[in-house]
Formats: sequence, C-alpha cells, structure tokens
Amino acid sequence: MRQVFWTLSTLLSHWRRRPGNFAALFVGLAIATALWSGVQALNAQARKSYDQAASVFSSGGAQSLTPASGATVPQDAYIKLRRAGWKVSPALEAAVLIHGAPYQLIGVEPLTLPRGGQLGGQIAARAEGGDFAAFLAPPGQTIAAPDTLRDLGAKEGDRVALDTGKILPPLRSSALAPPGALTVDIGVAQTLLDRPGQVSRLMLLKKPDAGTPPLASVVGEALRLPPPGEEEADLKRLTESFHLNLTAFGLLAFLVGLFIVHAAFGLAFEQRLPMVRTLRAVGASTRTLGAALFAEVALLALVAGGCGVIGGFELASALLPNVAASLDALYGARVAGRLALDPVWLLSGLGIALAGALAAAAGGLVKTLRLPILAAAQPFAWREAQRRFLRRRAILALLAFGAALAAYGFGDSLYSGFAVLAGLLIGAALLLPVLLSAALRLGERFAHAPLPNWFWADSRQQLPGLSLALTALLLAFATNVGVGGMVEGFRQTFAHWLDERLAAEVYFEAAGEPQARRIEDWLKRQPEVQALLPGASASVRLSGWPTGVIGMAADATYRDHFPMLDQTPDAWDAMKRGDSALISEQLWRRLKLGLGSSLDLPTARGMWRVQVVGVFPDYGNPKGQVRVDIDALSAHWPEAPRVSYGVRVAPAEAPRLIAALQARFGQDIARIADQAAIRKISTRIFEHTFAVTTALNTLTLVVSAIALLASLTTLADMRLAQVAPVWASGVSRRRLAQLEFLRIVALTAATAIVAVPLGLALAWCLVAVVNVQAFGWRLPYEMFPAQWASVLALALLTAAVAAIAPILRFVRTTPAQLARIFANER
Amino acid sequence: MNAKALAFVLLALGSPAAAQGFAGLGGEAAGFEQVVPGKPLVFPQDFGAHPTFRTEWWYLTANLTDETGAPYGVQWTLFRQAGTPGEERSGWANQNVWMGHAAVTTATDHVFAETFARGGVGQAGALAQPFHAWIDDWSFSSEGDGLARAKISASGDAFRYAFDLAADGPLAPQGDGGFSLKSDEGGASYYFSQPFYKISGVVTLRGKEVKLKGLAWMDREWSSQPLGKTQKGWDWFSLHLASGEKVMLFRLRDETGRDFQAGTWISAGGAPQKLDRDDIVLTPLAQNEIAGRTLPARWRVQVKSRGLDVETKPVNPASFMATSFPYWEGPIAFDGSQRGEGYLEMTGYAPQAQR
Repeated sequence: MRQVFWTLSTLLSHWRRRPGNFAALFVGLAIATALWSGVQALNAQARKSYDQAASVFSSGGAQSLTPASGATVPQDAYIKLRRAGWKVSPALEAAVLIHGAPYQLIGVEPLTLPRGGQLGGQIAARAEGGDFAAFLAPPGQTIAAPDTLRDLGAKEGDRVALDTGKILPPLRSSALAPPGALTVDIGVAQTLLDRPGQVSRLMLLKKPDAGTPPLASVVGEALRLPPPGEEEADLKRLTESFHLNLTAFGLLAFLVGLFIVHAAFGLAFEQRLPMVRTLRAVGASTRTLGAALFAEVALLALVAGGCGVIGGFELASALLPNVAASLDALYGARVAGRLALDPVWLLSGLGIALAGALAAAAGGLVKTLRLPILAAAQPFAWREAQRRFLRRRAILALLAFGAALAAYGFGDSLYSGFAVLAGLLIGAALLLPVLLSAALRLGERFAHAPLPNWFWADSRQQLPGLSLALTALLLAFATNVGVGGMVEGFRQTFAHWLDERLAAEVYFEAAGEPQARRIEDWLKRQPEVQALLPGASASVRLSGWPTGVIGMAADATYRDHFPMLDQTPDAWDAMKRGDSALISEQLWRRLKLGLGSSLDLPTARGMWRVQVVGVFPDYGNPKGQVRVDIDALSAHWPEAPRVSYGVRVAPAEAPRLIAALQARFGQDIARIADQAAIRKISTRIFEHTFAVTTALNTLTLVVSAIALLASLTTLADMRLAQVAPVWASGVSRRRLAQLEFLRIVALTAATAIVAVPLGLALAWCLVAVVNVQAFGWRLPYEMFPAQWASVLALALLTAAVAAIAPILRFVRTTPAQLARIFANER
Repeated sequence: MNAKALAFVLLALGSPAAAQGFAGLGGEAAGFEQVVPGKPLVFPQDFGAHPTFRTEWWYLTANLTDETGAPYGVQWTLFRQAGTPGEERSGWANQNVWMGHAAVTTATDHVFAETFARGGVGQAGALAQPFHAWIDDWSFSSEGDGLARAKISASGDAFRYAFDLAADGPLAPQGDGGFSLKSDEGGASYYFSQPFYKISGVVTLRGKEVKLKGLAWMDREWSSQPLGKTQKGWDWFSLHLASGEKVMLFRLRDETGRDFQAGTWISAGGAPQKLDRDDIVLTPLAQNEIAGRTLPARWRVQVKSRGLDVETKPVNPASFMATSFPYWEGPIAFDGSQRGEGYLEMTGYAPQAQR
C-alpha cells in the first residue's frame, strides 16, 4: 500500500512539472464531462417535466376531455356538460414568457376541482390560511411553488408581468404547486391569455354513470376523451427525436473531449517512460505500478469530472430556457425553467468521466505496464513504428466508412442515421493522420535542401503527438461546417417556405361560428379585401399517429403560392372536387404513400377515402397533416367549426384592417395576427430550436482549440531537444521559430481543408438522413462557401494563437540553454 | 329557516368572514341590500335570484313512502352567496358562488351529494319567470306560471331522482308578511314557503328504482345578515300535521344563553299565523352520537297556544350531511297531541374534540 502511495506520488509529480499537459488533461476531461452531463441534465429535466405536467392533470389516472381539434374549445361545452350531469372541471393552460423564460400558466376553476388532486390541493392548502375567497375575488392570486417564486425573483404578494405586458395576480407560495406552473383562476387566465370564453381541457372528475347522456350527444365532436396515457405517450413520442438529437450532439462533444484526454494521457505516458523505467528499476512491481496508474486516472477523473459535472449543470441551466422554449413551441411540452440537482445524475456524470478517462488512458496504461525494464526510454525507429501505426489507422478508417455505408444502405431509423454519422466521423478521424502524413511525405520528396528536408521529416515525426489534437480540431471544424450548413440552409428554406405558406396578409380566428359568419359578411363588403380564405380543421389518427385534417378553399391564392414538393397536374381541381387530398411530407414518408395512392380518413360517419394528389413540405410540424377542400371537410365533419380565416389585402392595408376588425367585433375574435407577426413567431421557434445545436457546436470548437493549444504547449518542451541540434548546425532561432509557426499553421490549414468535405458529408447526412428520421421532413441540401472560408480563417487563427506561446518560449530560450540541452540529449 | 347553507359556502371558501358569528352569517353586510320590515313580497320576481342581497336559497324537503309504505326523505337545496357587494359582474368575474345539496334518506340508508358552481357562466342560476333554479344537472322548475306545478331532479354518486310537484294550497309568507326576524339585534331575512306540495316520482337508490309519493315543503329565503354575532347554530322544524295544518319552528342557539325562537302556524287553508317566541317550547330528549358529535335524536315540540305537544323521532338517526360544512338533516315522524311527519335540521353542533 505504501509502495503504491509513493509510486502514485512520483507519477503525480509529473503533472506538477508539466502544468500544460495537466491543463490539457483537466480541461479536456472537464469539458467532455460538462457537455455530456449537461445534455443529460437537459433531457432528464425535460422528461421529468413531461411526467410532472402529465400528473398535474392526470394524478391518480384522472382523464381529461380535450379539444378534438385546435387548442381550445368554447367554455360553453363545459356548461353543457355540467348541465348534462358530467362532473368536469375546466382548465385553460398555455405557456407564457416572463423575462424571456417559459412558465406554464394554468387557469383552473377551484370550486369544481377535487380537493384531493394536485391542483385542487394547492388551492385548498392556501385556503386553510383563509385565502380561498381571495383566490376568486379580484385581483385573485397566482399560486406557484417556492422554487418558481425564486426563479421569478419575486416574493409573496408581488405582481409579476408577463412579457406580453399583462400583469399576474399577486403571487402566493404553495409547496404543492407543480414546478414552473403559475396557477390562477380560469377567468384570470382567459384574460391574461386573450382567450375569453375558451378552455383547453375539461378534467373528468368522475366517470359518467349510466344515467348521464353520452359525450357526443352533449357537445358533438368538439371534445374527445383520449385513452389513458395517450397525451403523455404522444408527448414522449413526439419529443423523442428531439432528445435523441440532443443526445447525439452531447455524445459528439464528449468524444471530442475524450480525444483531448487521450492526447494528454498519451503524452504524459510517453514523457514518463524514463520515470517508469526508473520506478521499475528501484523495485516497483508491475502490480504496484498498475495500481498507482489506475489510481492516478481515477483521481484525475474524479477531480476533472467533478468540475465537469458542475460545469454541465451550469451549461444546462444556461441552455434550458432555449430547450424549453423550443420544446414548448414545437410540441407544446412544458419544461420547468429551473434545473434541480439530482444525485443520480451527479454520480452518472462522474461515472462517465471515469469511464471516459479509463478508455482514453487504456492504450497508455497497457503500453506502460508492458514496458521492458531495460528498453530504451526514447522512442526509437519512429519511422517504422509510424508506418505500422498509419497502416493500422487506414484499415480501421476504411472499416468505419464501410460501417457508415452499411448503416445508410440497410438502416431506416434515427439510430442508423446516427450510425452513419458516427462511422463517417470516426473514419475521417482515423484517416486524418494518414492523409497528413502522405501530404508531408509528398513535401519531403520535393525538398532538396537539408533544411526543408528536415522540416518535412520533422513534421512527420511530430504527427503522432499532434494528430489527436488535429483530429479533435477536424471533428470540430467538420461539425461546424455541417451543422452550420444545415442551420443556414434550413433558415433560408424556412424563410422562403413561410413566405409562400403565409399567403394571406391577415389571419384571425372567430370566437364561434355565428361570430365567424357575421365577420365574414362584413369582410366581404370591404372593398380592400381581395380574397377571404376560410379554414376548418379536424383531428384524426392515421396508423396511430396524430394527424390534423385542414380544410381550405382551392383559391387562386393557394394555387399560386402554396409550396408543394410534388403534385399531379390537376391537383387543385381534384381537391376542389372533394375526393382528393394533399398530404404533408411527414405523412408521405411515414405512411409510404405516393401520388395517386388512396388514403382512408376516419370520420364520425365512417371512413372517407381520398386520393393523394400532392405532397407539401410542413416543416416543424410534429404531427401529420392532410389538406382537403373545406366544403368536403364540413361534409364529413359537420361539427368542425369554420372559424379560421386568412384575408388577402394589400400589405399596407393589413394593420388598418386588423384595427377595424378589433374595433368592430371585439371579443368575437378569439385571435388575430398579421403575416409579419406570425412569421416572427415561427422564426423565433426555429431560432430557439437551433440555438442549442449552435451552442454545442461552438463549444465543441472551443474545446478543440484548447486541445490544440494544450498539445502544442506540451510538445514545446520535447521540441527543444529536437531543435537544439538544428540550431547547433547553424540555423538561427528566428528562422527556426518561423519554421515552427509555419508547420503548425500548415498542419491546421490542412486539417481544415479536410474538414470542409467532411463537414459537407456531415451536413448531407444531417439533412437527408438524421433530420428525415428525427422530424419527418427533408431539408434541401445547400452549400455555403462563405461559411467554409470563415471556418478556414478560424482554423488559421486558432493555429496562430495556439502556436504563439510555445514559439515565444523557444525564442526566449538562451543559446546557453540550447547548448546544454544539445549536450545532455546527445 | 335553512340558513345553514350559507355557512357552507363561506366555510368552503374559507372566507375571513367565517370568524364572524355562525359561519359568517353574523358578519358585516355593508354594501349589500338590507332586509327591512314592511316590504311586501313580489311574485314572480321573488322566485328568482336577488343579487343585491348577499345570500339566498331555494329549498325543498319531502316526506315520501314507497308502495309498501316504507318512509323516504328527499332534500334538494340551492344556495347563492355573493363574495363582494356591487353590481353583478359577467363571466368568471361574477361574484356569486352557488352550492347545491341533495339527499335521499330511508330508515337504513342516507345518501347525499354536494356541488359547487361559479355565477356568471351559466352553470347555476335562478330565473323568476318561468321559475327555473339549477346547478349542473340538478333542476327545480315550474310548469306554467307561478310555483303551483313544478319538476325537481338531482343526482349523486348513489342516487338519482325526478319528481313532479303540485301544490294544493297557497304560498305562505313567514314572520310578518315575509319579514322573518332572526335575532334580537335585528338580523332578519325575507322568507316564504310552499308547504302544500304533493310530490310523486321515481328515485333510483343504489341502482334500484323505487316509485314514491308524499308531501313536500318548499322554502325560499334571502338576506344579507340574518344572524346575530353570538348565534352559533340552530334547530329547525317543518311539520305536516295529520289535520292538514303546517307548522314551521326554529330555535337559534345563542352563546349568551338567550336563544331566539320563532315559528308560523299555517292553517289547512293556507292562512299563516306568526307564533310568539314564548309560545314555542323545544326540548331535546335522547341524545345521539353521530359523526363525532352529540346531537339530539328525539325532541319534545310544544306550541302552547295551539295545544300542540308531540315527540319527534328521526326516520334515520344517521341522516348526517357530511358535506363541506356538515349538519344533520332528515325526515322525522311525530306522535302525541297530533300525528304527522316533517323535516328537522340541526346545525352548529361542533365535533367532540372541538368542544
């Protein structure tokens, strides 16, 4: 035991003498752990929130009636059901933003809520303080968990404003409140959300008994009773791809981090070979040495991993608002705005750090333990060793590419998409030193003077030490090109698609059918209105997948503008006939339909068979969509309210028309927005979605730059021994410094050049494989040379910055030192 | 005098006013319309809601029998309580809270239900002409003008009932022409009854359908501050005498020991006669343990001027309403100088632990 301790102390002394090497190891491991555990924390938080959100309304298996189509139904449905004997309690829920952070606003009706449930309980708990009437009487109360109050930076009694400017009732704290939820009276919620007379669900307090009239006879098809667990299942299924995507990026970042750790350990083992030899010579057994080395790795992993876990927590906290916002916008899933530190997560973070460190150190460990005592400490015959090393790498790279190809050819899931990505990246990473070595050998062949000859040969000799850092850099650059290209491509496509899709200038939804008819009549009489595009919708399940059926008029506006991927020549006329439908790309892919296929839509009156005459892109919609003629929709779903409208006016007239509609119809209009507002909202959703991707991407790049810096710093010391003879041969320090700088920049530039095609392959893989599997839609593949240039510039800048410190150190080395090193080493 | 109900709403809502007198009924009523003597009842308006008053209720109790002669009791009550005074606001901002209680009692069974609703949205309400009071699917509505013919229905976890009502006598104003004094401090309510209903219909009790018929008594009462600050509970009787006469009696128990009593003697033809406070003697006989409380099980009821001296017995001593605010309410039978049946309500008996 004492032997192990002293051996360990001796080994650890290395890090004190090589702080650069230690920094690389520490930073690499910490960042790898941080990125990985950060992503895990985000996913865990999201999943926990789904469960909590589900339990808010379904604690004890309670069910809710939900709108058959759309987000809300008129509260009239609630009154009708109560008066028919249905024991239901209304709620209106929506996500709200406060200081940019999302919260769940829940409007409830306390008198009909069961006291035993979570929502009723929190109000009842407040009531014991004598405040139940205060919840109802103006201004009412906002009940929130203590954590939520802390997030809001508010205390009991404060009135907080939503980002829309509306002010919440005074806050009251209740330990029973769900996290991130703000519970108010339903009337208050309707006002805050501008949804007068609307409810989003009716909680079923008790199964209707035999004497209660059936649901459909009371409210028609306006409400449905989803089977238990369906809502949660839908949410989990819809968000699964999102989380998988996040996990994949986390894994990528983790791997890049491990490359750094591997490089740092590799160097440390290399540099400590003489020390190890000495230790063995003075009597340390292989077992003692092994135990000490293992303990060292574990110790470093725990220290760096611990810092990484803390960093991961901070990272996740910083990214959470964006993740929450995109989950909410895309799937209507609410995620609590504050992370809770979970001990299981903490331990798993440390575990992955340890596993990662062991994996990264495994090669070095084995090599050190197998070292013959009397073997020379200096690496020898490096050329021969390198040739073997490169050959092995080339073979492995080919295997990885082969695996990627196989995954692409045979797989059709998101996992196989990621397998393609992984194969591509690993293959490229393995191949990089081979390519660089080949390039350097080529350079060597053309060099005819001693100094250039030395330059090329020396560069090749350095390659193994630098290759891991360069590989990390390659992955980061490639990811940057790939992800950047995908995001930019998507942004452009999406903007264009929105322009086409949002053909009308003003969109509104009437509060009900009679109001809709009145508004329609009035609009038809307005001279500035060029066209009125009514809409109606119904919800169905196709092969178990939630799908919206949208009724639209085959108006000239749509014929001219509605973006399509594919269509039959007479698609619009066929649709107008009422026996044909346009389907979304997601549906087309999922159901494997083609133009001319027939599709059975379940209606209350049996199956309605339509023919598929067109496929349209429907970016960002997690559900399927079918578009049919509005009159045909009304014929098959007479209860589907025709309350949505698009209005074509000259863009300049839009604000005036909105003002006129609001002034004239007031509360008869449930929602109204102009095209610009809708575009802004939609664009924001997608910015949020890619904010996380971009953040992880940038972090990966930073990690790689650190890796390069660390590798160069560590190498600098070793370099002196190799450069000293050259200096002794008469090459000036200045000249040598220039050559050093040139070498680093050239290698980095070469790496960046390899990164561009790899990035393009990655981007293609993301848009054509991963995205299709994850979201069901395919992005157009576009190239952005300007972006490549910026990545190249960034690479050169990174190299320059990373090279400066070691070179300065070299330049500052006095001739006397160089002479001494030369003398000692030879 | 079924003011019990208000107590529930106030307690259920945890209003700070609950600390005032019994369940807030002795609390401040500033801003609400006050009950004053000499104001005549106006029909049909007074069938409907009076939003300017703080509280009111529609209340029906019935003594019925099935085809074998087994006794049944049925209760249907709707309460309205305003949280704050002022003009009635529309939608969810409406300040009224409505509460319904319904029960079916037999000698061996007692089932009840309770439901709440917010005003302003249509879940509950009371219209005067034609009369219609409702909460959820519970309904009390007239058939034609006035209250002479009506239908009433309610349902709960274990029961469902629907009855037809037909009155063979006039409405009876209580107190002085409908002004019913409740305390020496001047607390009062407007109060009238329809004690002459014949009732028939069907109750489904625990899945079993039973045809019933009998006598029913309707009370209609509204006020803003019916009770004195020290009045803590009451005992209320409605009696159908075999002679066809009807009697209403109540005793408001006062902390100070000076209980307030009042009553009305209604002739078989429907002429109401106010009873003097000292004319009425209500004496609890045997006590009964129920729901952790000790309550009078049998009473000696005397109206000296009329020679009434009877002993009442509950159809089911366990007619306890374990609602948000619990009380005893159930059918009774009586014997003595007169025979007959009726309903008894006893409120404000605290559980043992709180005594």
